[in-house]
Amino acid sequence: MANRVVALVIIAGLAVILFPLVREVGFPSETPELAERYISASAEDLAAANVVTAVVVTYRGLDTLGEVTVLFAATAGVGYVMTRRRRREEHAVAEGRDVGMHSGIECLRPARSGQGPSEILRTASGFLAPVLLVFGVYIFVHGHLTPGGGFQGGVIIASSVVLGIFGAPERRLGHRLMTVLESVSGIVYVVIALLGMVLAAGFLDPTFLPLGEVGSLLSAGAIPIIYSVVGIKVGAELAGVVDRLRTQEEK
Amino acid sequence: MTTAMIAVLGLLMVAAAILALLHKSLVTAILSAGAVSLVASIIYLFLAAPDVAMTEAAIGSALTTVVFLFALSRLREKHTAGEGAAEPHAEGKEHVDG
Repeated sequence: MANRVVALVIIAGLAVILFPLVREVGFPSETPELAERYISASAEDLAAANVVTAVVVTYRGLDTLGEVTVLFAATAGVGYVMTRRRRREEHAVAEGRDVGMHSGIECLRPARSGQGPSEILRTASGFLAPVLLVFGVYIFVHGHLTPGGGFQGGVIIASSVVLGIFGAPERRLGHRLMTVLESVSGIVYVVIALLGMVLAAGFLDPTFLPLGEVGSLLSAGAIPIIYSVVGIKVGAELAGVVDRLRTQEEK
Repeated sequence: MTTAMIAVLGLLMVAAAILALLHKSLVTAILSAGAVSLVASIIYLFLAAPDVAMTEAAIGSALTTVVFLFALSRLREKHTAGEGAAEPHAEGKEHVDG
């Protein structure tokens, strides 16, 4: 009861604090000066058709690098916790101690209690997962032309991997391959950023490659490369996280 | 027109959120929490932010839901394992419908 009262008081307080903000929501009648500058300059400076990508990768590129780092730290944390738990359980099994069914060696037989993937799921995921994978690659390769980019494409790739896991639970994901992909793409990202410092105006400046024509696939300097690398990195990380959550007990 | 549409979708979002909080079945709760994100991504589309809409749909409604479902199945395994330990020969699998 007391808990409920406290919760209600907190919610009411938040409502009082946030309500003035709600009243100010609306469409601004004119574009703010900074946005104006981004919109007019991104085609000229970077030859990027998608202004959002120009902002995310170049004007606010350092933030993106920070986000990628945060995601990397989160993935590393999940990997550390899950791997340690698996080691402990393996150790216990090796010593002949009874760890109970929750060690998962029992639970992770492919078709546990007869509820493996149905024929429909198996067939459909076999068709759809590769298509989704290609779509994810399309999204991040065209990040500078159409909506979406590295993060969105990466998450779509991870979803296709998840679909594959659902369809064929007995299939293993190569964690070593994932780690290599993730590390290499992270290093390439930083190297491109540093190249911008040497060859162009500064850190993360993508204009050291030819800008090309606005709207063509090979345009916008190094932006497509940066976004492809981000896409591969995000895809490998998220697919790895989901797979680790599933298979932490597997040997 | 757009404003009305957004208002309707917003109400739908609130309804899905309340359902997620109050529903007895955890699976339904997880799915309706995913539906909140899905409706939010449609609203972003109406507000001319397709980039954000894609992120919200992919992460909020797809990946987060999957992670929650994995966590739930894991908890159930633990739960049934606990039952099994108390009663060595019990095939405690009835709890899967939680």
